[in-house]
Amino acid sequence: MLLQRRFEEKVAEAYALGKIGGFCHLYIGQEAVGTGAISVLRDDDYVVTSYRDHGQALARGITPRAVMAELFGRSDGCSKGKGGSMHLFDRNTNFLGGHGIVGGHIPLATGVAFAIKYRGGDQVCLCFFGEAAVNNGAFHEALNMAALWKLPVIYVIENNRYGMGTALERASAINDIAERACSYDMPNEVVDGQDVFVVREAIARAVTRARKEHTPTLLEMRTYRFMGHSMSDAVSGTYRTKEELEEHMKRDPIEVLRGQMEEMGDWNDENMTTLDNEVREVVEDSWNFADNSPEPSIEALHENVLVDTTSDAEASAAVAGD
Amino acid sequence: MPVITYRDALNQALREEMQRDDRVFLMGEEVGVYQGAYKVSKGLLQEFGEMRVVDTPITELGFAGVGVGAAMVGLRPIVEFMTWNFALLALDQVVNAAAKMLYMSGGQYPMPMVFRGPNGAALQLSAQHSQAWESWLAHIPGLKVLAPGTPYDAKGLLKSAIRDDNPVVFLEGEMLYNTKGEVPEEDYLVPIGKAELKREGEHCTIVSHGKMVLVAMQVADQLAKEGITIDVVDLRTIRPMDVDTVVTSVRKTNRAVVVEEGWEFCGVGAQVADYIQRECFDDLDAPVLRVHQADVPMPYAKAIEKAAKPDVRKTIDAVKRVMYLES
Repeated sequence: MLLQRRFEEKVAEAYALGKIGGFCHLYIGQEAVGTGAISVLRDDDYVVTSYRDHGQALARGITPRAVMAELFGRSDGCSKGKGGSMHLFDRNTNFLGGHGIVGGHIPLATGVAFAIKYRGGDQVCLCFFGEAAVNNGAFHEALNMAALWKLPVIYVIENNRYGMGTALERASAINDIAERACSYDMPNEVVDGQDVFVVREAIARAVTRARKEHTPTLLEMRTYRFMGHSMSDAVSGTYRTKEELEEHMKRDPIEVLRGQMEEMGDWNDENMTTLDNEVREVVEDSWNFADNSPEPSIEALHENVLVDTTSDAEASAAVAGD
Repeated sequence: MPVITYRDALNQALREEMQRDDRVFLMGEEVGVYQGAYKVSKGLLQEFGEMRVVDTPITELGFAGVGVGAAMVGLRPIVEFMTWNFALLALDQVVNAAAKMLYMSGGQYPMPMVFRGPNGAALQLSAQHSQAWESWLAHIPGLKVLAPGTPYDAKGLLKSAIRDDNPVVFLEGEMLYNTKGEVPEEDYLVPIGKAELKREGEHCTIVSHGKMVLVAMQVADQLAKEGITIDVVDLRTIRPMDVDTVVTSVRKTNRAVVVEEGWEFCGVGAQVADYIQRECFDDLDAPVLRVHQADVPMPYAKAIEKAAKPDVRKTIDAVKRVMYLES
């Protein structure tokens, strides 16, 4: 979580310097959700997420170097510089993206879970999206099929209260959006998304259901975004007040965790400083790596539009021989 | 060689590819218990079971996305749209997800999947059920777009599409399902990206695809009686387009007419005409003409529906115009 925080603080700095372009959505304030959720998964499970994906990518184990290089638009980026902030992908860690259309990736997660069931596996697919996505048709279509077909998928709503600048109450006919699951007879919970241990426990319950009973779950994680919607959005002032922001920042998930660890008696300021220094070094290294990574070549422009293979060599040969 | 319908040719392709590769599955509305809205999937549920022949709710965006997700982790989905008119609800998945996944992941996630179903007008189905979408779909880099006009091509191209590791849009025709043609019993593939010269002539080239190939062939038959012979180029694949076959023909005939079901503006014919002007500028004896649907939503009433559609008479008129003959 601390790595994600320091990493994104650096991302903001790089954005201001023009080293990162385009849309860039920071995860600061929401780290406990992705971290707690992904920490429960096995290596062979899957993660699908929205465009606010830096923190989850790091939590899943994509290296800070590969993520930073992607944000810098360099060829060593985890998507070779072709995806950018919103489209982080990594086949090695089953991180299936980074998707930019609100709600559009939710059916993908249902499809991944369908494939797990098709093969008779016991993996799960974890799908993150914001609370504003629940008003989108894709959400309902995806949940209906997951419940209908009993698929091992866990839908995680990161309820950070605002869809861009529109408050939940101004967008949804109901405020307790976990209840949306009732339409699909799907287990659901409201979870304190600022407490990483609480997140872990809720996810663990859902994962067990998914692995053992192939039952999907909808979890509403109550969290808060400490930054603007994207880099071009003021932190407060237009759709939320400074006072509201400050109130929520009192429950910074990193501070919550720090308090818990101190209470457990195995953490102190000295540990924290040491860890912070280590993390800052990792982030600094990722910046230097990204800065030195080459730009994609001009040839790369036309690569990866299509693959030039078919399902087997025989078919390729038949096509080539015609 | 057995003569079978376009419908049965597609059915054979699906069955053979599902037998060949257990990663291949079919999903869509009414594909299973109902045996397919147009019976293309007849018997498949009984042979392959409900995990591989999946009846979906009426949820085009949702099940197209399920297909994309399944393809990301190694299955080879065939997503059937009851018609391409309904697929508009799913275009986010076709365009924003399937077509771009490989590129935006830097080559990590190929999309070995097929989106298929009937395209274009049938009879008196009016505005919302009579549209030809190929120019929309062919606009998108990352998709392959196929539109077979004969049972032979339908079977061979569908098999190639299923084996292809890219997202393939496969456009059938409601009015084509009952048409018949020779289809060999042995395994064969029709290559993607290869047009076919379906008729050889010397006076004019007609370029077409899908259902309009039948119109082009009738035009060639009729004009042959007047001593006018036609090169009929069937594109078969719209994207990637086999420009060489078009160009070779036009360099021989020096005249071209492009026939398509869709509307004129930004249509497939515009692209074909552009390739011809670029590659055959000095060979042309007349401007390229296009035959297409009238620039209106499809009407219901028979007489004006007929007036809206491209047909044999309109195509003959166009051929005669490029030959500077009285029609």
